[in-house]
Amino acid sequence: MEATKKIELQETARAIRWGALRAISNVGSGHVGGSLSVADALAVLYFHQMRIRPEEPLWAERDRLVLSKGHAGPALYAAMARRGYFPEDWLDTLNAPGTKLPGHGDMRLLPGIDMSTGSLGQGISCAVGMALAARLTGSDSRIYTIVGDGECQEGQVWEALMYAAHSKLTNLTVLVDYNRMQISGQVADVCDPAPFAEKFSAFGFAVIEVDGHDPAEISDAIDAAKANTERPTAIILHTKKGKGVSFIEKKMAANHSMRIDSGDLRMAKKELR
Amino acid sequence: MADQEMRQVFARLLEQAMEEDLRIITIDADLAKANATFSLREKFPGRALDVGIAEQNMASIAAGMTSYGFRPWIGTFCCFVSRMADQILLSVGYAGRNVKIVGTDPGITAEINGGTHMGVADVSMMRGIPEMTIYEATDAVQLQMAMPQILAYEGPMYIRLARRQVPTVWDASMKFDLWKAQILRPGKDVTIVANGIMVAEALEAAELLAAQGIEAEVIDVHTVKPLDTETVCASIRKTGAVVTCENANILGGLYSAVCEAAAQYSPARILPIGIRDRFGEVGRLPYLKETMGMTAQHIVQAALQAKEIKN
Repeated sequence: MEATKKIELQETARAIRWGALRAISNVGSGHVGGSLSVADALAVLYFHQMRIRPEEPLWAERDRLVLSKGHAGPALYAAMARRGYFPEDWLDTLNAPGTKLPGHGDMRLLPGIDMSTGSLGQGISCAVGMALAARLTGSDSRIYTIVGDGECQEGQVWEALMYAAHSKLTNLTVLVDYNRMQISGQVADVCDPAPFAEKFSAFGFAVIEVDGHDPAEISDAIDAAKANTERPTAIILHTKKGKGVSFIEKKMAANHSMRIDSGDLRMAKKELR
Repeated sequence: MADQEMRQVFARLLEQAMEEDLRIITIDADLAKANATFSLREKFPGRALDVGIAEQNMASIAAGMTSYGFRPWIGTFCCFVSRMADQILLSVGYAGRNVKIVGTDPGITAEINGGTHMGVADVSMMRGIPEMTIYEATDAVQLQMAMPQILAYEGPMYIRLARRQVPTVWDASMKFDLWKAQILRPGKDVTIVANGIMVAEALEAAELLAAQGIEAEVIDVHTVKPLDTETVCASIRKTGAVVTCENANILGGLYSAVCEAAAQYSPARILPIGIRDRFGEVGRLPYLKETMGMTAQHIVQAALQAKEIKN
């Protein structure tokens, strides 16, 4: 990736972080950490890799993204707003009564959300269904899904992986946001799904481990996934919960969610804008 | 057709639908041979899938496939439909996907597969899912008439089917409406509401009651959700005495649906016949009907009791 492109995507990721925080601050609390950790991957997907038409969100030949870790909705909305799916001021309606932007994305409320998610483990199966369907229709569109590391404690994730590899769904790319924290504490302490690379590989996936905050590494891994004609690819994103805002990173070392007030937002602004 | 198994009839109807509509695909979870849908794989390569023994995955995969315009039909035993509760709620229901869910071997028809394989909670679970339609086939004749209407409906639906032969009570000259309960036998003294395999028992009970000079009205509520409140409550207003008959837990199923409607529009005494909040057990149908209190005789007793309470 060219240096200017990388800088541009880093800037985009910062804007996504800012948008997510701004949205969350309006309600006072939300899934801050898991939204910030996945911002770089969303920047690469929505601003570099995915074939999409924001002005035509239901375009049949679009690439699809299923945010299986649905709780990162605020980051997804921030990415979509910046990409032009809807006005950025809609971000201020997050979780407000009657909003099109509930904390977990709802495809019936917001065109561009490719699948409603929120109950963990289901989105990845939905993505497998999309990949099967794309192949069946002869479409060359690609399917991306982002799962959480804690989410991989759900048995359904492994059912989905097993069938995806069995079906040789080379049009499917699974991104794992390995940010190491879940509600009860460290993922490794609660019920450790690691080692991801070995397990995904044993299930029949090509596996690429990257710095989940480096747009160039993420994008190169997606290029490699596209080039793989044998197996579906899993990209393990090594990430940090709360990434990009130092005081949030610190707090996220021990917490899954946190409150965000206007003072916090001002502090975050210094680092994000 | 009366001498054919329900699964054979269903598989043939599905095959015909797949021939006519390329968007229809089927997904099984290792029970295609049990449900007679196995042969679809040869006829429709790539359109009849098997995800292995993974029902949750099956439900969400089906939801995902709708993204490209497909109309998936997924199938398993009724008892395992409950395994997909959350996937049906979110991936299918909440997301508003047009997925048809087929459960076979309802309630006591699981027979020698025994208590672990008797779907007793599937209907109540499904009724609790907003926007879900629930249709239970009464017999093969009715299923054949229902199929075009099921195919035409664009939304999630649970289709509950016996696998083996069932008595035929419908005939092809009757008019079937998926959204309307059907009065199979008119009467003025007591209302017997039934669905699935219990419709035949209800009709037999009506004969026995007629011998005692009691005119029972028998209504086939093949679609328990949304309930045809109009037809059911009109009958209840007329007779004032009601028995419901279902092959599922009476908590949350047909009995509940009728009580809920009657409580609002036509209060009456309503007695339940069905699986009385207990687990199934191994056995053949005659034994199971007897031990669960689900025979025509039991319906007669309940009808007499309902009439007595009314008077």
